[in-house]
Amino acid sequence: MLPQSYRVAEKGGALVSEPVLMAPNVLVAQNVLVAQNIHKSYGHGASRFDALKGVSLEIAAGESIAIVGKSGSGKSTLMHLLALLDDPDEGVLLVEGTDAKKLKDSALNRIRNEDFGFVFQQFFLTPNATVLENVILPLKIAGVGPKERKERGMAALEQLELADKAKNKAINLSGGQKQRVVIARALVNNPKVIFADEPTGNLDTATGRLVEDILFALNRDNKITLVIVTHDVELAERCDRQLFLRDGMEDAQQEELLHPRPLERPAQAPAQAPAQTPQSPPMQQQPPEHPQNPPQQGAAS
Amino acid sequence: MNPLDLVRTAIGNSFRSKLRTGLTVVAIFIGAFTLTITSAIGTGISNYINAQVASIGAADVLSITKTTDASATATSGPAKYDPTQATVNGGPPGVSIKPITASDLTVIKATPGLSNVNPITRVTPTFIEYANNGKYVITVNPAATLTKADLAAGAQLSENSTQNEVMLPTSYLSNLGFANAQAAVGQTVTIGINDYQGVAHEVTATVVGVQNETLLGTGVGLNQNLTTELSTLQSVGRPAGLPLGYPLATARIAADSTPAQIDTIKKDLADQGFTASTVADQIGSFETVINGIIGVLNAFAVIALIAAGFGIINTLLMSVQERTREIGLMKAMGMSGGKVYALFSMEAVFIGFLGSAIGALVAIVLGTVVSSALSNTVLSGLPGLHVMQFAPASIVIIILVVMLIAFLAGTLPARRAARQNPIDALRYE
Repeated sequence: MLPQSYRVAEKGGALVSEPVLMAPNVLVAQNVLVAQNIHKSYGHGASRFDALKGVSLEIAAGESIAIVGKSGSGKSTLMHLLALLDDPDEGVLLVEGTDAKKLKDSALNRIRNEDFGFVFQQFFLTPNATVLENVILPLKIAGVGPKERKERGMAALEQLELADKAKNKAINLSGGQKQRVVIARALVNNPKVIFADEPTGNLDTATGRLVEDILFALNRDNKITLVIVTHDVELAERCDRQLFLRDGMEDAQQEELLHPRPLERPAQAPAQAPAQTPQSPPMQQQPPEHPQNPPQQGAAS
Repeated sequence: MNPLDLVRTAIGNSFRSKLRTGLTVVAIFIGAFTLTITSAIGTGISNYINAQVASIGAADVLSITKTTDASATATSGPAKYDPTQATVNGGPPGVSIKPITASDLTVIKATPGLSNVNPITRVTPTFIEYANNGKYVITVNPAATLTKADLAAGAQLSENSTQNEVMLPTSYLSNLGFANAQAAVGQTVTIGINDYQGVAHEVTATVVGVQNETLLGTGVGLNQNLTTELSTLQSVGRPAGLPLGYPLATARIAADSTPAQIDTIKKDLADQGFTASTVADQIGSFETVINGIIGVLNAFAVIALIAAGFGIINTLLMSVQERTREIGLMKAMGMSGGKVYALFSMEAVFIGFLGSAIGALVAIVLGTVVSSALSNTVLSGLPGLHVMQFAPASIVIIILVVMLIAFLAGTLPARRAARQNPIDALRYE
């Protein structure tokens, strides 16, 4: 069911439509991904860690969204859940309007393979394989034939101006080149969504800027939905929309993160907490947790 | 991933850590090498025995002896002496052979299913000579007409010929003065025999064939016609009243007899006090011993292979650990757990194949060299014996069995790989 409806939408060219962006609640099905009140925790008993405590998010086709937060805020966990790499403990995750829990393994694998692309901070390239071999890995997994694999792999490498490095071993590339190979790999299956986890985290400023440009160009020109997880506020600002996370919950005080104060003192945190409550309706579901938040946050930072 | 890509990737992966794969391959190599050698020895020796005895062709011949009542003497003292009982000289010391007498022959002939019942006459000629080259002691192979000889030259002895025919073993050739086996065929030899009163007689016979040295009873083969003539000469002067006995009688059974029919005939004979055995029975006991030895050797090889199996488990577990991130990445990119499992299983099977194929190949090369070296030196007295013979079917089976063991060994690591959660795998440092 899902693949078919997805294909129709793709052929119809209706990847992005303004009404969807403006009124997501009316046409939920047109959203690529919808997360409703997601909870996720790791471990049991005393060592239990609540990574996400009720986050809701809607991602429309063709938009770019940044999931912003500090280390331990739950932003990577959220991305993993959105990318169907993990199951939420609570809450509903809709992929193209279908509940992810109801997807069969084969459908799940197809979506991961064909509809999603991944860009990782640590690259995850096979070091002793050639650049081309690394790029065509998703096609190989999909069962595409060797000839077509090579053609599409080279096309993706050309798009990222790496065609001349195709036969080099991945281990011999610079950081920026590696990240471009990773993007080529994410791109090679013509995905609908690219998930980027700290894509510039391991790169210097100039190279990072270049990689950012490539990602946003893909979003703009190829209409690929971009989900970027970052703690880099500058990168986040380049996205259409930002979701700020703090301690597993949406943080409505975006300005504070967008324009961080020079020194963040633990003492200031409790003062911010009460201000959050009226602005973010989802938070009202867990009033008892609020008093606990500031000390945790202080301990974390 | 399509199957071809899976195989290619698995093979590629197994070469990534060459040292580790190499060491595991060596472990499997040892097992497969041993197994190939032992099975080759088994094949070689069985083939030799078959060539010597079993190729006999005379599957339709029963050898019949009188059942000795050994238990009677053990429990109730010596049996009552029977003056009409014939005696036969010969047989292993300490074992008394009850001879088959003329009346026994009548009984045997009356048994349904048997034809051509003949007593085996023991003749003891004294010498053999060719063209005045000197007289040499002759040993007669009493079972020559029962078996088909492993020929070096010429033809088999003919059962119904009215000519005197002999079959020489290769060891007689040079002493008698023949240049080679081919030169002996068709020549006439003289055989001497003493009669009952010690008078020497001479008989001439034609060499029809030359036989390779055998493991069982080497000696000159004589055809029925010659045996009869020698026997007649031997009995000249024998007192008429002395009962005549034979150690053994042979009888033919229908060549297409089923094992059940043969069993019935044997049972009939057993009820009348005779022990009958086919050539297959006699060889069977021989082969049981050989197979027992080969079985023990094979058991050692299998133990080596099981040890190698743990080597595979270890290698692949390390491989899975090393490639945790890669597995996570592949799963994140939509590779199913089943495919990941197949990938690692295939790698195990490939390592198994590599070890067993190299092991079998080296065993074949080395075994052939050693076997032919032995045939030309230590075992040159036994022409036709190749200690190791490599049967393609058994080598294929060995390789397949090793691959199966490798697959089973790969199950545990492959399952671990297949079950990995992509997130945990990607987070793995």
